[in-house]
Amino acid sequence: MSPAWPHIQLIVNGQSAMVETPPMKRLLDVLREDLGLTGTKEGCGEGECGSCSVRMNGELVNSCLVPILQADGARIETVEGLAIDAELHPLQKAFLECGGAQCGICTPGMLMAATHLLAHNPRPSMEEIREGLAGNLCRCTGFIKIFDSVIAAAAMKGAAHDAR
Amino acid sequence: MSPTPQTRIVGTPQIRKEGVDKVLGRAKYVDDLEREGMWYGATVRSTIPRGRIRQIHYDPRIDWHEFVIVSAADIPGKNHIQMIAADQACLADDAVNHCNEAIILIAHPDKRCLPDAAAAIRIDYDPLPPVLSIEESETQQQIVWGEDNIFKQFHLEKGNVDEAWAKAAHIVEGEYRTGAQEHLYIENNGAIAEYSEADGITVWGSLQCPFYVHKSLMAVFDLPAEKVRVIQVETGGAFGGKEDYPSIIASHAGLLARKAGRPIKIVYDRMEDLAATTKRHPSRTRHRTAVDKDGKLLAMEIEIATDGGAYSTLSSTVLSRATLHSTGPYVCPNIRITSKAWATNTVPSGAFRGFGAPQSIFAIERHMEQIARAVGVDSAEIRRRNFLHDGDTTATEQVMVEPVILDTLLERALKESGYHARRKQFALDNPHSPIKRGMGIAAFYHGSGFTGSGERYLNSLAGIDVTQQGKVRVLVSSTEFGQGTNTILTQIAAESLGVGYDDVIMAPSDTNIVPNSGPTVASRTSMVVGHLIERSGHQLIAMLQAEAALPDGYTAGDFFGACERYRELHDKVESLCRYEAPPNIYWDDQKYRGEAYPAFAWAVYVAEVAVDTTTYSAEVKNFCTVQEVGRVLNPTLAAGQIEGGVAQGIGYALYEKVLLKNGRMFNNQMTNYIMPTAQDVPPISVVFEGIPFNYGAYGAKGIGELPHDGPAPAILNAIQDATGENFTSIPLLPEDIFLRMTTNINVEEPLAV
Amino acid sequence: MRGNPETHELIAATSLADTLARLAEELGAWTLIAGGTELMVAHAAGRLSAQKLMSLSTVQELSFIRVDAHSVAIGGGTTFGQIRRHATIASDFPLLAQAAGWIGSIANQNRATLAGNIVNGSPAADAPPALLVYDAEIELISLRGSRRLPYAEFHLGYKQSVLERDELVLALHLPRRFESHAKYLRKVGTRNAMAITKVAIAATALITEGRILEIRLAAASLADRPVRLIATESALLDKILSTETRTAARTALLNEVHPIDDIRSTALYRAHVAANLLNEFLDTLEQKQAAELIA
Repeated sequence: MSPAWPHIQLIVNGQSAMVETPPMKRLLDVLREDLGLTGTKEGCGEGECGSCSVRMNGELVNSCLVPILQADGARIETVEGLAIDAELHPLQKAFLECGGAQCGICTPGMLMAATHLLAHNPRPSMEEIREGLAGNLCRCTGFIKIFDSVIAAAAMKGAAHDAR
Repeated sequence: MSPTPQTRIVGTPQIRKEGVDKVLGRAKYVDDLEREGMWYGATVRSTIPRGRIRQIHYDPRIDWHEFVIVSAADIPGKNHIQMIAADQACLADDAVNHCNEAIILIAHPDKRCLPDAAAAIRIDYDPLPPVLSIEESETQQQIVWGEDNIFKQFHLEKGNVDEAWAKAAHIVEGEYRTGAQEHLYIENNGAIAEYSEADGITVWGSLQCPFYVHKSLMAVFDLPAEKVRVIQVETGGAFGGKEDYPSIIASHAGLLARKAGRPIKIVYDRMEDLAATTKRHPSRTRHRTAVDKDGKLLAMEIEIATDGGAYSTLSSTVLSRATLHSTGPYVCPNIRITSKAWATNTVPSGAFRGFGAPQSIFAIERHMEQIARAVGVDSAEIRRRNFLHDGDTTATEQVMVEPVILDTLLERALKESGYHARRKQFALDNPHSPIKRGMGIAAFYHGSGFTGSGERYLNSLAGIDVTQQGKVRVLVSSTEFGQGTNTILTQIAAESLGVGYDDVIMAPSDTNIVPNSGPTVASRTSMVVGHLIERSGHQLIAMLQAEAALPDGYTAGDFFGACERYRELHDKVESLCRYEAPPNIYWDDQKYRGEAYPAFAWAVYVAEVAVDTTTYSAEVKNFCTVQEVGRVLNPTLAAGQIEGGVAQGIGYALYEKVLLKNGRMFNNQMTNYIMPTAQDVPPISVVFEGIPFNYGAYGAKGIGELPHDGPAPAILNAIQDATGENFTSIPLLPEDIFLRMTTNINVEEPLAV
Repeated sequence: MRGNPETHELIAATSLADTLARLAEELGAWTLIAGGTELMVAHAAGRLSAQKLMSLSTVQELSFIRVDAHSVAIGGGTTFGQIRRHATIASDFPLLAQAAGWIGSIANQNRATLAGNIVNGSPAADAPPALLVYDAEIELISLRGSRRLPYAEFHLGYKQSVLERDELVLALHLPRRFESHAKYLRKVGTRNAMAITKVAIAATALITEGRILEIRLAAASLADRPVRLIATESALLDKILSTETRTAARTALLNEVHPIDDIRSTALYRAHVAANLLNEFLDTLEQKQAAELIA
């Protein structure tokens, strides 16, 4: 069985991309394999760990659960799009300074979840931070320094103005 | 307490060395890597816990010509994984001893074809009755390993236990159980292998110990050392789960690569990793303790049993550490410990942060609570009365020559947690609330480095070199997997050389490039390997002063200039040092007596819990840690280790359960193997008291495993404080609390079943 | 990843009419996929048996929240994120907003749909108990037309419902008459987030001068489907809230529920915790009554 595969248009980190793949291929796999963007990770394949988190049309989603057909025409933001040229995003700076990354495998998804949180809620309470990150599992940090990083980033000038 | 020497870089919160790549998403883990012409591999595993393979059927609906298929017959060297022993097959050939044991390997260019193909290989077995628990193994009705199902046993005696019972004011008994635990690193196991007759085998892997894998591959492929190359790539969490297991997956990828004549990548998905790879040893510990009327320990009789699964892997050393940590941080003149590691037909148990200590510390710290109650003394006081102090001897007759400050740690922990005031408040509030609150203490130590003569046996070699591009490189086989190896070792090198933190990089974790500084385990990296780097730095400075006119008060520029002068004389600029045992470390492996560890990290943890009697759920509301780990090399990383270890310990106590049916894990998904989320972890406070250890890098002792030892007993002690119930088994789930707290169910009520 | 994307056909329905036409044309051939939070998990586990899938994510006609004076209509394709953020749902149907916040993580809530949660038919589903105690009506649509029935009559058994093969869930209609009602919803899971329900109880009730005039109780994970606890309601309706009625209600509950032992929990635990949650609800009812008497 080999019908012609659909052409899927994506805008990934501001750049147009077109892929021709089986429509049930996961957005996660399209990002990693077709587009070579390996920053987004697979930790579970079940939408539980959040290491595949990306933003799709501004909404945080688990890319392991999105069939690529449903991303046709979508604007996708991944960890690779956070830093602009050589300038780290405030959250990336905060994760470095506060120790929010240990082994680093949950970090891309965690950064996307944190970006999403701060975009909707520039001065989140601890409870709101915990809820915003509840879908991203980290086995190394116990989350404490991730919370510290989000609080630090929120306080940094520019984090609240991040339109993306 | 000796003053901390002033340092520029060690002791400061330097940014994680590889951190920028991690936050950019540029760090490359195994599944991010490709090799040209690479195919993908998958593993066909046994579906029964014990039996013999009768026949293997390949369903003709698959075109098997598209696949490379490997069985035990394809192994050029030995069909075993070389660990401490060599009892585990690389691929099961005839006997199968656990569910999900690897039997057949397949490879294909399109990884999406693999699951269907693997399912199309059907294996017929002649099943044998499996042994599925410690108790079943102990009956020795079925012998599933060796002569008697016992991987290892220890017997340790101090003083005269038998005479002590008659003198006791109280004799307290208890039995404590801990369950299996899964590491749940967010990156699953994976490896890429290439093989050629000319060059031998190269493996890129997610792993902790490149030289362990190296040794194992030599045996499987019958290759000399120089034809085996192991490269650790960025590793997404390990916790001991990638100490021994990678030797297996590396061998598998290598066998496929050899037969296929092309690179092979094997990466497990979560279901496979959960069901097929190592777990923490389940344990059962029995205590019988004699105390005087004041609660002072007179005698301890301890019996430990661990479940090692189907093959020995690291069961002997896990048992050793469990044995040596089973008496707690207390003085006791008469001790008897018998411990055994038992074989069962379950997935082999392996290393996991703490390595036997969490199991036996759970037991002793729960048992101290029962002793406190028997004597009528509170939880803090019972410990105070029995703590080790300077000059006391341990169970192995090791004299505490390094300072022991447990009293200070206890007082600090009680203060930080508000222990007395909060317990007073809870006593007032609990009777009027469905939420019962309580506090619990755990006091413990963790021996740093390998036990006894282990470090001498490892004979680690490590050091530094200087590149022509003007960078110092740290040369170690110690790996980074989140705990901070790269950062602290480069900090140490920079400090000892007098150069900047950014002047120092890590050499690749490649067995072709780095010396064998031993495995990245046992909380030894800071203390042992770091010390080798510190010494290598001083050694290099001495070499440059002697032969390259390095001036006094040199700058970094002077340093690198001198290195170039030295290079002209010697072609390379390299300084290596070999392990030297601290003085007066003597260990008798036969009698299990002497200096068990060169140094100990000490801690007192306090848990505050809330038990909701509506749902029978227990939650940790606050967690306070106070520890003494020698010199803190990097405060951010050190606190991160404590916080992460505590979170894992909370999971171990209250959430993480491995469910087995006929020896097969059936909750092998993240949706039903439950670890704490961001909404489940309490605030965790971290306090370091420091007593520098002269034989550790800049005074550092081990830290990585310590924080997983204390949480479980502290939490269950708190639950006993809150509810009065003595729970002796973990994981403790609401369903267990429910059964205990509702034993007075009204018999007239219908039981909905 | 154990699923093979190449072995599944997935098309994007262009409109509601297009969807209904295809469903009618090839009865039972198409599996509808909205947010994918169930089907893609099955796909990754190699357990997605559906060969032909039709995506509803482009069918805008299913994604709406319409408010009028008497009711709120929520389109089947509305996500739980959208439900949570809607002001009228938060004010008029707080239990539903609460339940929406329990569906997995923020990332899951941005994808999971109301219809998906219902049609998937899990007895542990998060939205149904709230829908049941709010007297929701479910509207089903096919080429043959649309029909409305009480949501309480939708589920027939374990993963069985009245949904015909050519139908899909168009909307849930919730009557706006619960402002004065006491309300309660509590979920017990394996942890505070990302937890499948072990047991959940939802309740709405009207109490005046100690007498329960209206009561609705619903549960997750106490039967093979989301259920109203009819016998327990009967034990409370028109009764004065007293120790006797509480005991009778507890007995009725324990008699009418059929929980099971499964991977997450035990029947005995579920039943007794459910009885405790009922008790907790009755406590809040009493407190509300007491507060009203003082006021």
